[in-house]
Amino acid sequence: MSGPSTYVPKSAFGKWFESRLPIVGLIHSSFVVFPNPRNLNYLWTFGGILAFMLVAQIVTGVVLAMHYTPHATMAFASIESIMRDVNYGWMIRYLHANGASMFFIAVYVHMFRGFYYGSYKAPREILWILGVIIFLLMMATAFMGYVLPWGQMSFWGATVITNLFSAIPVVGETIVTYLWGGYSVDNPTLNRFFSLHYLLPFMIAGVVVLHIWALHVPGSNNPAGIEKKTEKDTLPFHPYFTVKDALALVCFLMVYVWFAFYIPNFLGHADNYIEANAAVTPAHIVPEWYFLPFYAILRAIPDKLLGVLAMFGSIAIMLFLPWLDTSRVRSGRYRPVFQVFFALFAITCVLLGWLGAKPPEGGYVLASRICTAYYFAYFIIVLPLLGLFETPKALPASIAESVLGKSGSAHAMPQGAAHEPNTKA
Amino acid sequence: MKLISSLTTRLAIATLASVIVAGSAFASGAAAIPPRNDWSFAGPFGKYDETQLQRGFKVFHEVCSNCHSMNKLNFRNLSQPGGPGFTDAQVKALAATFKVKDGPNDNGDYFDRPARPADFWPSPFPNKQAAAAANGGAAPPDFSVIAKARTYERGFPNFVFDIFTQFQEQGVDYLAALLHGYEDAPAGFTVPEGKYYNHYFPGNVIAMPPPLLDGQVSYEKGPDGKPQAPETVVQYAKDVAAFLMWVAEPHLEQRKEIAFKTLVFLLVFAGLLYFTKKKIWSNVQGHA
Repeated sequence: MSGPSTYVPKSAFGKWFESRLPIVGLIHSSFVVFPNPRNLNYLWTFGGILAFMLVAQIVTGVVLAMHYTPHATMAFASIESIMRDVNYGWMIRYLHANGASMFFIAVYVHMFRGFYYGSYKAPREILWILGVIIFLLMMATAFMGYVLPWGQMSFWGATVITNLFSAIPVVGETIVTYLWGGYSVDNPTLNRFFSLHYLLPFMIAGVVVLHIWALHVPGSNNPAGIEKKTEKDTLPFHPYFTVKDALALVCFLMVYVWFAFYIPNFLGHADNYIEANAAVTPAHIVPEWYFLPFYAILRAIPDKLLGVLAMFGSIAIMLFLPWLDTSRVRSGRYRPVFQVFFALFAITCVLLGWLGAKPPEGGYVLASRICTAYYFAYFIIVLPLLGLFETPKALPASIAESVLGKSGSAHAMPQGAAHEPNTKA
Repeated sequence: MKLISSLTTRLAIATLASVIVAGSAFASGAAAIPPRNDWSFAGPFGKYDETQLQRGFKVFHEVCSNCHSMNKLNFRNLSQPGGPGFTDAQVKALAATFKVKDGPNDNGDYFDRPARPADFWPSPFPNKQAAAAANGGAAPPDFSVIAKARTYERGFPNFVFDIFTQFQEQGVDYLAALLHGYEDAPAGFTVPEGKYYNHYFPGNVIAMPPPLLDGQVSYEKGPDGKPQAPETVVQYAKDVAAFLMWVAEPHLEQRKEIAFKTLVFLLVFAGLLYFTKKKIWSNVQGHA
């Protein structure tokens, strides 16, 4: 994907095969000799971690599907039989349930890395948009997966979220009926959610291929946010980035194991160990943690339709991010004022997550509204205007210079020493 | 730019303030927090206490199981490793004291037979409606995963610390507290007819009458002729709660053992990768 392949097969069979299907050459040029910017930091290892998590979720998920029964009267019991009687069934299920959370932790790090270093800017707009589509598919997959155990939170979460579509004028009720496969969340809902939950990960895998394809045309962005120019700016993917990605992945797996094997129910809800009951509504219906910021935005708006629009809009707006950010400087490292607004944005997202878990009452509502307002303002006011008014710091001439300093005077211009006057009000 | 910055700062302060006010308003109306217990199965090397599980099983068998089902428990589970440690013979004998419905046989008839270790623990009532009718309209909840199905809110920042301390025993603490949480309703609080006041039950009004009395269940005697543990409501409550934790999470011991082994492996692997990475990158100028 990065120009003509330099791969030369050694064996006769290799030559025969390569001239018919040059897939080894493709792998060689994409993941062996591919030139990566030499200055990538550990935030750039999360793409590889995400690829691993997708595979892990598919593998554990396929095994779970061998033992799971997608029926309203048997789903809950079949999960318990997986937990009790299937050999290492508890391990597969806890890995899968916590794997979803780890997947989202990794994707949020990956996204905020993109936000900060301007990875969405030209020429990576398509790459970014494909990423937003993957994120949407992940959310749909995770939501439907959480319904499958058919616990109280599964059932009522499904009821609340599917009901959101009824806010759409004219066709809303019809859409909801199709989602449910009837007139309430019931067995047909569970059946179609199971079917789609099995389908969507493979669609994600397909879009991931496009995402990597689109990545390998311009290559990775980097902390300096400037394009690679000479060979001095890059290092081959293997062994430099394979070993770095592997180290990061193993560290990430330790966190994964800690959650899945030591505190497997920490990220879940106790109510989901009660079988679904249409006659009993839980005191608080709370979605999974990774949906909480969006749930907070939904509830911040008093009108149902506008709330739903705001919630979906909060994700859809990311599709336009490449054109909303008017700054010609890519990396936040050289944008002192941006850094302040970005930090506020990150704090706002965490606060929204916390507010999403709180009852929609009193001060929580006000706080949700302020946070929602800033969330959108960041995209439609701050980023467009900041590019026009902000004076960025001087960019290094090349990636190599950003690592090594100007030749012979590496310490002549210490970075970040003179940005104080711009940040304080 | 300055104007926008200062405006944002003010908004941020306003947001934080409203959050803090809202948070404290909720804290004042919070339900009673169950006291923490010292569970043998807590923490990274936690293991169930076999004798405690056996005591808890006795309480369940003699008291709770008269009203509560435990649909997911097979008799055979009681002799599985990491559980109460009954012998296969004990389990077989215990199962035989129960009658279960089987059939149809070759004549098409259903018949009663003694239970076998492979059978599920029989429910005290034939169906949910019968259970509700016999218990003042509220069917007693099934006990299979109840220790994981109950909790209380930990709140910020405790829930963050829980990640590192591995505190996962909210459910079992709650169950233990609930069972000895019966008391007289405070003045001005009216308990509806046929209901009871419980300090730890959400809303305080519970349909279950106080289930345990001091001395109600006799524990096995130790070598000194005294019971293994005090025959008190507080001790019964703890023992049966521990038993319910095992029923909800029968592979907990294996899970924690595997967690430790996996983490040690990953730690060594990460160490090797760290030095490999250092070596590979050592010839690259400007990188550690």
